[in-house]
Parts: sequence; structure tokens; C-alpha cells
Amino acid sequence: MSKVRVLVGTRKGGFVLTSDGKREKWDVSGPHFAGWEIYHIKGSPADPNRLYASQTSGWFGQQVQRSDDGGKTWNPVGNEFKYDGVPGTHQWYDGTPHPWEFARVWHFEPSLTDPDTVYAGVEDAALFKTTDGGKTWKELSGLREHGSGPKWQPGAGGMCLHTIILDPKDPNRIYIAISAAGAFRSDDAGKSWKPINRGLKSAQIPDPDAEVGHCVHHVAMHPSRPNVLFMQKHWDVMRSDDGGENWREVSGNLPTDFGFPIDVHAHDPETIYVVPIKSDSEHYPIDGQLRVYRSRSGGNEWEPLTKGLPQSNCYVNVLRDAMAVDSLDKCGIYFGTTGGQVYGSADEGKSWSAIVRDLPAVLSVEVQTLA
Amino acid sequence: MIKVVLPAHLKTLARVDGDVELDLDGARPTTAAILDALEARFPALRGTMRDHATQRRRPFVRFFACERDLSHDAPDAPLPDAVVAGTEPFFVIGAMAGG
Repeated sequence: MSKVRVLVGTRKGGFVLTSDGKREKWDVSGPHFAGWEIYHIKGSPADPNRLYASQTSGWFGQQVQRSDDGGKTWNPVGNEFKYDGVPGTHQWYDGTPHPWEFARVWHFEPSLTDPDTVYAGVEDAALFKTTDGGKTWKELSGLREHGSGPKWQPGAGGMCLHTIILDPKDPNRIYIAISAAGAFRSDDAGKSWKPINRGLKSAQIPDPDAEVGHCVHHVAMHPSRPNVLFMQKHWDVMRSDDGGENWREVSGNLPTDFGFPIDVHAHDPETIYVVPIKSDSEHYPIDGQLRVYRSRSGGNEWEPLTKGLPQSNCYVNVLRDAMAVDSLDKCGIYFGTTGGQVYGSADEGKSWSAIVRDLPAVLSVEVQTLA
Repeated sequence: MIKVVLPAHLKTLARVDGDVELDLDGARPTTAAILDALEARFPALRGTMRDHATQRRRPFVRFFACERDLSHDAPDAPLPDAVVAGTEPFFVIGAMAGG
């Protein structure tokens, strides 16, 4: 029987939630790396027992932990993320040039075919790659050295590269997104990059249509249609049907189009999920009602999903990497909150229940569907 | 032997329970020599106390011994005699900060 493993990163440790295919009863293990910030844990599609975790601390820096047995045991691997050459400067909050400084890994994206190959998105924004299972990391510096680099600037959470999407049909194509620079695409396996932000409009920057400077919060893709991308921007939910060359707004009837995560149904590439958040100055749901919104038409028409979610006095946030889907039938949807709840739906979002309620603030949620 | 007391998180990473006893193998006893020896014996500690590239102490890590803060001493400054003799420990401290 199928199993589901949910990998949860929190402010004070990592947790592994497991269930059978019914997704009714859950086993919770953790905290792993207790007391450390676990920004992200993700499994290899090529070997589901191979997991990578980003373990960070303001005191002791970055660790990379690797498990070869599905999260039962972990071992630290290489933690040196050295920018290639002289890294130069980006914009600081006050507009002055600021030297690139490594802070942490926000996101790991394991290769679709090789468990030893992983991409890491880091703060200050850059993309690194390992091909030896995490022992050594090398920067794909063509991204940071894109001519627009000096114009990139940090969002409130830091200048992070938080989204990495590998095209399953074209191994040379990689999408990434940076807050606050925007989305970029490589068509040569990461050597060179182009900004793909045409159509984004951001009132928070001097030129709302600028090539870079947009605060992209997250981007999602369905593997069957790698040219179709969905984006939750600072404000606005956006869609591209041409690999990011052009974007159009699909916020439609959302009550607010500010938010962080966005994800796509595992079996229906036109069904997408967001969690609307009141505003950029009030990071919680409108009226204290936690609602996931689903569109079955690839955007524009949205419906609230509320059954099982708190509909009063709920003032949590859902961060950009804290939503994921399984590939069972029916598709399961999962998200974690800054209040420490991890909610799951085993029926495409129709109804929800808390798998676990009182974890530290959730930073990331990933799901593995196991045979 | 030099006695080193690590903070809890670094003990976990290094997989040690108590204090660490270090033999500097004839190296001149300095803070840098202690960190070199710690990192050689416990590779997981590389990058946790000082930056990989610059070798500068991480901002929220402190080094105390003999009721003195050695954090701002030069890394190659000599250690107090009592630390070298092993009668006083060398403390690696996670600075008080955060929540």
C-alpha cells in the first residue's frame, strides 16, 4: 500500500510525518536537529530514501544534513558555500551597494534522476550545485553574474533564492526565483540566465514594469506542462504559458492576492491552490479565517476551501515553501503555518484536518509519495 | 592536554557528551590552534565557529577562559597558562541572543 511522508522544517527543528495511503492516522517523528532552524527538507525523486535538510543557526551557521534511510538517521555533509570569484555587490535596503554574503540555504532541489545531484538556493541569492551527495558545493555563478545582479535587493526575509524548478522534459531548463529580484530561466543547465519577468507589475518598485526587482514569493509548475508556470508574487497571482516569457494576472475573484505559497494539483494541471493573506503589512488571513483558495481553471475563478480550517481568531501565516501536494488519488494537499499547525487534506482540499498542531513555526513542507 | 567546553548544539554536531580534551600536537597554543584541532577531529564543526573562507570568528560565537573574554584577541595570541596546562577549560560560547 502507498505511504506518504511529509517533511516539515520549523524554526526549532525538523519533523517527519508518515501515514499510509488513507492519510488518516499519522506518526510524528522529531524534532530532528532540535533547536536549529530547519529551512527545508526535500527527498530525491530518484531515491526517496535520500533526503537533504538545511540546518541553520544565527550562532553556528549552515549545516547540510543528509539521510540515506528516509529520515531515520542523518549525517552532516559539506557546508561550505563559497561564491565563485569576487562576488561583488547588490543593493542594500537603503539603496547602497552591499557585498554578497552567504547566510543560509533556503531550498534544496534534488535532481530528478541522480540522488547525488542537488541544487541549493541560498541567501544572499545564488544557486549552488553538488554532484557528490552534498560533500562539495559549487556555485552556478552565471546567475549571480547576470548583469542585473547589482540591482537585486533583499525582501523583508533577506535576499533569498527560494524557488528552483527543474524541467522534467528538458534537462537543460531550470527556473529559479529570488526575492526581490524576480524569476530567471536557464536553457543551458545553469550556465547562463535570463530574467523572465515581463508582465509582472510591482507598485513597490520605482519602475513597476522593471526587468528585475520584483518580489516573487513562489513559483509552481505541473510536470506534465513545464511551459506553464504559476506565481504568487508579493501582490498578484500570475500565470505564464510560455516558460515565463510573458506573465498575466490570474488573481480574479481572490479576496486578496497577497500571499506566499502556490501549488498545483498532482493530476490536474489547471487546478491550483493559494493561501490569501490580508496584506504586506498584516501577514495573516482576512478576518481571522484561514482559507485555502482553489482554482480549477488555472486562475481567475477561485473558491474558498474552509472545511476543517479555523474560521475565527486565526492569525497565522503560511510561508512560501510551506505547501506541497502528494500524488495519490485523490490528491493530498498539505501546508504548515507559523502557528505550528500542519494541515492536510486527503480529498483535493475539500476537507482539512490538523496532522499536528503545536510544532514550532513551520518554515517548509514537502511531501513524498512512496510506493 | 587542553580542555575545551563546547556549547550544547556543537556537542550534538560533534557527537560528544562531555568536555573535549585536545592534544595540539606541538602546535603553539593559541585560539586558532584549538579551532584547527577541533575542526580536524570533528569535521562537522567546520564553519560553525569561524567562517570557512575568512577564518574570522562568527559574530555570535565567543571564546572565554580564566574569566576573560578572549574573543577579541588575535587568533594567534598565546592562551592563558592555566588553559595550556589543562587546569582551566577553554569555553566556546554561543552568545546570549535570540529566542
